Amino acid sequence: MSSPDSMATDEWRELTMAQAIREAIAEEMRRDESVFVIGEDVAEAGTPFKVLSGLVEEFGTDRVLDTPISEPGFTGMGVGAAMTGRRPVVDIMFGDFLGLVMDQVANQAAKVHYMSGGKLSVPLTIRTTMGATRRSAAQHSQSLHAWVSHIPGLKVVLPSTPYDAKGLMKSAIRDNSPVVFFEDKMNYQQRGRVPVAEYTIPLGLADIKRPGKDVTLIATSSMVLVALEAAEVLAQEGIECEVVDPRTTVPLDRDALIESVRRTTRAVVIDEGHRSYGVGAELAAVVAEGAFYYLDAPVRRLGAMDVPIPFSPVLEDLTVPTAEGLAATVRELCRRK
Amino acid sequence: MDESLAPPDAASGPGPNWLRAYRLMLTIRLFEDRVNDLYQRKLMPGLAHLSSGEEGVAVGVCTALRDDDYITSTHRGHGHCLAKGASPDLMFAELLGKAAGYCGGKGGSMHIADQARGNLGANAIVGGSLGIATGAGLSIKQRGTDQVAVSFIGDGALGQGVLYEVMNMASLWKLPVIYVCENNLYGEYTPGAETVAGKPLDRALAFGIPATEVDGQDVRAVYQAMATAVAHSRGGGGPAFLLCSTYRYFGHHVGDVDRGYYRSREEEQFWREHRDPITLAREWLEAEGMADRASLEGLAEELTRELDAAVEFALAAPFPDPDQVATDVFA
Repeated sequence: MSSPDSMATDEWRELTMAQAIREAIAEEMRRDESVFVIGEDVAEAGTPFKVLSGLVEEFGTDRVLDTPISEPGFTGMGVGAAMTGRRPVVDIMFGDFLGLVMDQVANQAAKVHYMSGGKLSVPLTIRTTMGATRRSAAQHSQSLHAWVSHIPGLKVVLPSTPYDAKGLMKSAIRDNSPVVFFEDKMNYQQRGRVPVAEYTIPLGLADIKRPGKDVTLIATSSMVLVALEAAEVLAQEGIECEVVDPRTTVPLDRDALIESVRRTTRAVVIDEGHRSYGVGAELAAVVAEGAFYYLDAPVRRLGAMDVPIPFSPVLEDLTVPTAEGLAATVRELCRRK
Repeated sequence: MDESLAPPDAASGPGPNWLRAYRLMLTIRLFEDRVNDLYQRKLMPGLAHLSSGEEGVAVGVCTALRDDDYITSTHRGHGHCLAKGASPDLMFAELLGKAAGYCGGKGGSMHIADQARGNLGANAIVGGSLGIATGAGLSIKQRGTDQVAVSFIGDGALGQGVLYEVMNMASLWKLPVIYVCENNLYGEYTPGAETVAGKPLDRALAFGIPATEVDGQDVRAVYQAMATAVAHSRGGGGPAFLLCSTYRYFGHHVGDVDRGYYRSREEEQFWREHRDPITLAREWLEAEGMADRASLEGLAEELTRELDAAVEFALAAPFPDPDQVATDVFA
């Protein structure tokens, strides 16, 4: 486990998720001159969410490249630059735009190493966003991490805290395989403790965000916060939830999930992708396969409704999992209605 | 020729070894003949897109390149690969899915990569490697070397939007990328006249990219145009676009035999008889006194023996171990 509390360090400060991500990229750019950032409005604008503010001032426009609005073009260029000695960080402003770049991501980046028999590699990081409830409607609100998690050859990161975001981003940039890094845009201003000292978090290591004995809540990205909120409420009722954050869907720390569920005997999976055919289904299947004989109840899944994300706030709020909905599911699972 | 492309030193230097260029073209032709044969005899799995008839483009272009220059290739890429220096035996092994192949048998005909000679790989998506080649150009610029990156594409790729995205960025940022479009008149089973509006060269010129059309059946003309483009790009002038008129002798792939609905036998016969890049080069070599009929026949016999041996090597080579199926997924 590598949660902040378990790490021996003298100096800590509070950072937002956005600051933690920026700090990780800046540190890696200082450490390795082959790292550069490319995408729409990444330089002076620092992205619409201001995640990259200040980078161009430090590193210049040769290493923080504003592009035309040409996602397939600059993503493909990221692949080619990665194959020839660079470590690009490609910025896809909204996760929804993955629809524009899937050839470059799924047919090129993911397959180059394998197709070449291991001779070529693609040390590429693609940053993009996920998450609804920003009133951005159907084309700026999707959580499409299942798309890329399904393609062998891509690693997929879903940080839930500033601490995780920084440590995982540094590992993503140093990784020799293509990594897709999903940032929940609703969490950019979420604050958390981050050490001053340098650290990295390996890809493929789950983290127990809250220990508990009655039920395991396997949650990804911002759904970790939902799970922690539900766990707090349920604790008042005598139900001790263990919140496990896989942090990466590829590689997936299957052992950690299975081990937790074998102890608690119950599991709920919470993921903001659409409920059907998604990451939640995979996580539930892993637990069902690995802990079946320990389970006291069926594994349950909470995900976004299988509808395009609507604009109207009244409708949009119905589509994503909530702490209340999760708590109700857990009570049902533990037969304490 | 766009006027912004001044005659470079590279094109007026001592020039290439034309006998070597001829040898490469003949190697490609004999290679493709054997691919066709292996495929017809059901010894080769998968698909085979032959580049017979287009040898002048592959060899003319690659003759103007250095070993450390990059290329990306297409599904019709055997010629590019050989012209960039790949070894026929390891290519045949790859085509047959053998462990000794360039990609350990994991890539096959449409994905041969040979990073030791700057070949970043063939690509089975039409236009799929345009981003890769342009990104290699960005990498070159960032690293400050004087390499160039060449993106071989077919006329079919003129229909892919990503071409216009990357040409725009290559021109904006003056990247050393040369887009070589092999116009063999047909995108799969459809004549280009039905799919390409306006003039292809205008599409590059619209981005401020110097663009030239050249007779792809004349290896010397391709070389001269390419040497000019390379000098332009290597010198920091930014991207260039080369449109090479050529012809594929076979169908879209080996199985495309009944093709009367999209082109005539007479047309195919005309190109083979009057526009064959190897015949044209041979006639020139003989006329210039650089080779005589007997020595070229001797060369053909030598290459035939070499390529037959390469096929034998590949046929005898072992398949990959089953445990290789799950390696190389991640670097």
